Amino acid sequence: MAIALTAENLCIERGGRLVLDDVGFTIAGGDALVVTGPNGAGKTTLLRAIAGFLKPVAGQFYLRGGDTERDLGQHCHYAGHLDAVKSRLSVAENLAFWAHYLGGAPGEVTNALAAFGLTDLAEVTAAYLSAGQRRRLGLARLLAVERPIWLLDEPTVSLDEESRSRFAALVRVHLAAGGIAIAATHVDLGLSPVKTLHLSITQKAAA
Amino acid sequence: MSAFIALLRRDIMLGLREGAATGTALGFYLVVVSLMPLGLGPDLNLLSRIAPGVLWVGLLLAALLTLPRMFEADAEDGTLDALSLGPMPLELVVLAKAIGHWLTTCIPLCLSAPILGLLLNLELSAYPALAATLLVGTPAVSLLGSAGAALTLRARKGGVLIALLVLPLYIPTLIFGIAAISAVVTPPGSFTSSFLMVTAVSLVSLVIGPLAAAAALRAQMG
Repeated sequence: MAIALTAENLCIERGGRLVLDDVGFTIAGGDALVVTGPNGAGKTTLLRAIAGFLKPVAGQFYLRGGDTERDLGQHCHYAGHLDAVKSRLSVAENLAFWAHYLGGAPGEVTNALAAFGLTDLAEVTAAYLSAGQRRRLGLARLLAVERPIWLLDEPTVSLDEESRSRFAALVRVHLAAGGIAIAATHVDLGLSPVKTLHLSITQKAAA
Repeated sequence: MSAFIALLRRDIMLGLREGAATGTALGFYLVVVSLMPLGLGPDLNLLSRIAPGVLWVGLLLAALLTLPRMFEADAEDGTLDALSLGPMPLELVVLAKAIGHWLTTCIPLCLSAPILGLLLNLELSAYPALAATLLVGTPAVSLLGSAGAALTLRARKGGVLIALLVLPLYIPTLIFGIAAISAVVTPPGSFTSSFLMVTAVSLVSLVIGPLAAAAALRAQMG
C-alpha cells in the first residue's frame, strides 16, 4: 500500500506562544509538500514535530501504509540546518556510520557519495570540507539509508547551482519511487508539481 | 544491536582521535595527585594512609571535567536529532555513549592511578584492591555522569552545575571504594562486602543513568 501522511488540527506551542494553530495537510507517496511562510511562521517547528522532536499540544499525525513496527520518526530522514557531520571523521566514515547505525545497505554508501559528487573527497577529513560540501555530505545520508519520508529544512542552503539541480533530481527520483518529501524553503527547489502549505505568523498566546 | 555497536565504535574512534579530552583529564589527575605530597609535607605514613582517598577523589574530579562534552558535541552539530530517529531508543543511545566515555576516559584514568599511587607511597598490598575497585566502580562514574551531562545540556556554563548535580551521586561509590581498599591495608574490615557494594552501585547506575539521561534529552529536544 502506498504511504500517506496526514496531519490534523495541529497546534504546537513554543516558549508560551502558539506557533502553529490548527494546521492540517495530507500528502501521499509520490508527492512533495513545500512549506512556505515568513521567518518565524513555524516551518522548522512543523518539520520537527513530524520527526517527533516536539510534541503537539493538540492534533495528530496519521501514517498510512507504513511499517507498523516503527513509529513515524523512524520512517523519516530529518535534514535540518545542522548537517550531523563529525569533523574528525573522513567523509566516507561519516556516511558509513549513518548507514550502519540507521541500517542501510553497505553498498549504498558508495552510491550516495557518487550521487552527491563526493567520491573524490571520500578520504578527506570532514573538518576540511567547505560549507556546501558539508551540506552535501549531510544530505547524502538520505540516499545511504532508504526511508520513505524526507523532511528537508532549507536543504539547498550553501549549495551551488549544479548541486542544487542534482539534489532536485534526486528528490524527484525519491518521489517517483513512492516517497514523500516535505520541504521548508524560501527558494524554488525545482520540483514540480508540488503541493504548497503556506504558514502565516499566528498572533495568539498559548492558552 | 548493530546500531549500538556502530555508535559505540564511532564514539571510541572520536575519543581516540580527539584525544585532547582524555589528555586533559589525565593531566589534571596527575597535577591534583602530585599537589598532595607538596601540600602535606613528606610524611610517608600520612601519605600512604590518605592515598586511596586522594586517588579516588582525584579520579572523580578528573572524570567530571570530561562529562559536559558527552552530549554537547552531538547536540551542536545535529547528530543527536539524527540519532534519535534511529532504530534504538534514546536509552540505548545514552548507554552506548556512556560505555564509550568509560572506555576512552575512565579506563585511561584507572590505568594511571597505580602509577600515581607511587607518588603517595600507597601500600604495596593495596594495589590489587585499588585496581579492582576502580575498574568496577568507574562505570557508575560514566553512567551517573551521563544523566548529569544530559540535564545540563542546554545550560550555559553547565560545567559547574554538572559538578553540583553529579558529585553527590558519586558518594556511595567513593565511600565503599575507599572502604574496600582500607580493609586490605588495615584489617579488620571486609574487602568483599565493600567491593560488592561498589559493584551494586554500578549496577544500579546501569539502570538509572540511561533512563534519567534519555528523559532529560527528550525534554530538551524541541
